[in-house]
Amino acid sequence: MDKNCVIKTEHLQKEYRLGVIGTGTLRNDLQSWIAKKRGKEDPNRRIGSKEYTEGERFLALDDVNIEIYRGERVGIIGANGAGKSTLLKLLSRITSPTEGNIAYRGRIASMLEVGTGFHPELTGRENVYLNGAILGMTRAEVDKKIDDIIEFSECAQFIDTPVKRYSSGMFVKLAFAVASHLDAEIMIMDEVLAVGDMKFQRKCISKMRELAVDHNRTVLYVSHNMGTIQDLCNRCIVLDHGKKVYDGDVDEAIKLYMGGDNDEFFSYEYADDTHKNPVKRHDLNLKNVKYIGRTTNMFYDKEPLSLELGWENLEDIPSLSLRIEVQDARRIPITSYIIEDFYSGKKGETHSEQFTIDVSKIAGGRYFTRYVFYNRKSEAVAYEDIEDSAGLVFRRQMSEFHKRRWNRTWGSIRLGEILLKKE
Amino acid sequence: MDNETITYIHARNKWFNINFKELWSYRDLVLLFVKRNVTTSYKQTILGPLWIVINPLLSTSVFTVIFGVIAGISTDGMPQFLFYMSGNVLWGFFSNCLNKGSATFLGNARLFGKVYFPRLAIPVSDIMYCLLNYFIQMTMFIGLLIFFTITNPAVQPNMYICLVPVMIIQTGLLGMGVGMIISSITTKYRDLNILVSFGVSLWMYITPVVYPVSRIPDSLRTLFLLNPMAPIVESYRHAFLGSGSFEMFYWLISLAVTALIVFFGIIVFNKVEKNFIDTV
Repeated sequence: MDKNCVIKTEHLQKEYRLGVIGTGTLRNDLQSWIAKKRGKEDPNRRIGSKEYTEGERFLALDDVNIEIYRGERVGIIGANGAGKSTLLKLLSRITSPTEGNIAYRGRIASMLEVGTGFHPELTGRENVYLNGAILGMTRAEVDKKIDDIIEFSECAQFIDTPVKRYSSGMFVKLAFAVASHLDAEIMIMDEVLAVGDMKFQRKCISKMRELAVDHNRTVLYVSHNMGTIQDLCNRCIVLDHGKKVYDGDVDEAIKLYMGGDNDEFFSYEYADDTHKNPVKRHDLNLKNVKYIGRTTNMFYDKEPLSLELGWENLEDIPSLSLRIEVQDARRIPITSYIIEDFYSGKKGETHSEQFTIDVSKIAGGRYFTRYVFYNRKSEAVAYEDIEDSAGLVFRRQMSEFHKRRWNRTWGSIRLGEILLKKE
Repeated sequence: MDNETITYIHARNKWFNINFKELWSYRDLVLLFVKRNVTTSYKQTILGPLWIVINPLLSTSVFTVIFGVIAGISTDGMPQFLFYMSGNVLWGFFSNCLNKGSATFLGNARLFGKVYFPRLAIPVSDIMYCLLNYFIQMTMFIGLLIFFTITNPAVQPNMYICLVPVMIIQTGLLGMGVGMIISSITTKYRDLNILVSFGVSLWMYITPVVYPVSRIPDSLRTLFLLNPMAPIVESYRHAFLGSGSFEMFYWLISLAVTALIVFFGIIVFNKVEKNFIDTV
């Protein structure tokens, strides 16, 4: 194993049998076994079913080869059932592989669940010792760190109260505090940060990053929250049906995982409602969209984004407003463009209109859009959406204006430079 | 600080692969499990740890009334209460170990499913916890023994007491060994779980806990003493009370059986622990 490689898996495979394992009682299994030995039909076989001893086999992990190096923060993403948790279980030795090998260097601390082994009757302090020991710390190690742990957990006030009286948030905080103070070289986490308030989540992420960057720890993190993956990880593995389908750059991995139906399109015809959100008053039907004069959805530097939208009026439209919402790769809205009262038309008419938006302040990356049409029937009533549709993706590439490369974690909008205030 | 040890996980394991060094490095965990069991066992009870001695006192009283007074079973001339107490305390230790051992996998499935530590830490800590209870009961028994030795000339503790520690360790290991085998099998077949709950009390009746070996007909004696617990209980009582006999021959057989069961238990346990979480 390479000097800097901390985890290496070779042809890792994990197989599960579907359905009921055995028949559950010794007697039936013995019956089946004796029948098989004597060449008779299995008395426990369901009529019409396949040979039950063969079972249906299912590969939760299929030939996974991964090498992880010291100090890497690796995110593992994939849909439910892609094999993420199985992989973590194999690495943390909870179950063993059906085929293949794993080698790792140093200790692994795995947090597949927060507060594993916490006993409700014990106090916070007692649980810190117990949980620490379960995660592989010695008593002396916990002794050394107990003050840090309590401080990090923000539970100092309740530390000598049985944890059954804790709120679930405090419980998580205490549990995470223990785990993050482990001296393990490799930390494995399965979506444990999902609980706890935002402030604490951010604290956890920065703690993890600090451990990885400053102390050269290796972090493996599984989550469905692309935000935290982007914040924490510098490498990302995508699993799909037990296979590794991508390994590398975080943004690329998220893009692959999130997919996007009109991903690489520069124009699109809306044939049905698949890409639309239901609205209360569907007065307008968006039919097509295209980026004007383009054969790609990539926009460079200060290039404006021009698009043409075509629609049909399902009702009379006295006035029409449009909002173009922009979301980043994690589908978090970052900004919106608005034009108000730009059109009016009669029922049954079709129309197309060209728009331009200034995307020069949007940082490099890939963005989703939504087109939302809205109006109000009269001055007296509130505005209502009349069409809400997924829009074309656009990608931005910017040349670097500054010496240091723009980092995605700094944000998606580049507003400009800081000016010195002259007296 | 950096630990450079490389750990390998392979799909196929050797049939005997117990990492005692690793278990040793988790010794703090074993102690904390014991401590957890102690502190949580009697939380929210009024009498607390007093239950540890109340339990054998009550059951021994019942034995004395039913088997001694009503059924009139001989106690080889020993004071009945002391006679029943000696067997009862040892048997209690054995059945505790067995019960705890047989719950190792099913009872800790949640924990085992989420974090790795040497699985043997659980049975080892359970033995220690049972041993602790046993020592407390033993202290009470010794008190009774001293009282009866002074007041009743029939009670004669003898040199065989030196072998008692061996018997205690043997009892614990035997109980845990059987428990671990049962536990390993119950991950797949739940039948044994049901058997354990009443099987242990049945086992007590084929073991000389409430009667002396001298009551066994000669024709059944050999068979009877092949029960590994029988010679232990009889010899243990002989050491403290001087009643019956020290069954050296059968005890040695029992030791061999214990060693076999523990060895077998660890192998089965070791085989099952790798993947039990998939079948449990």
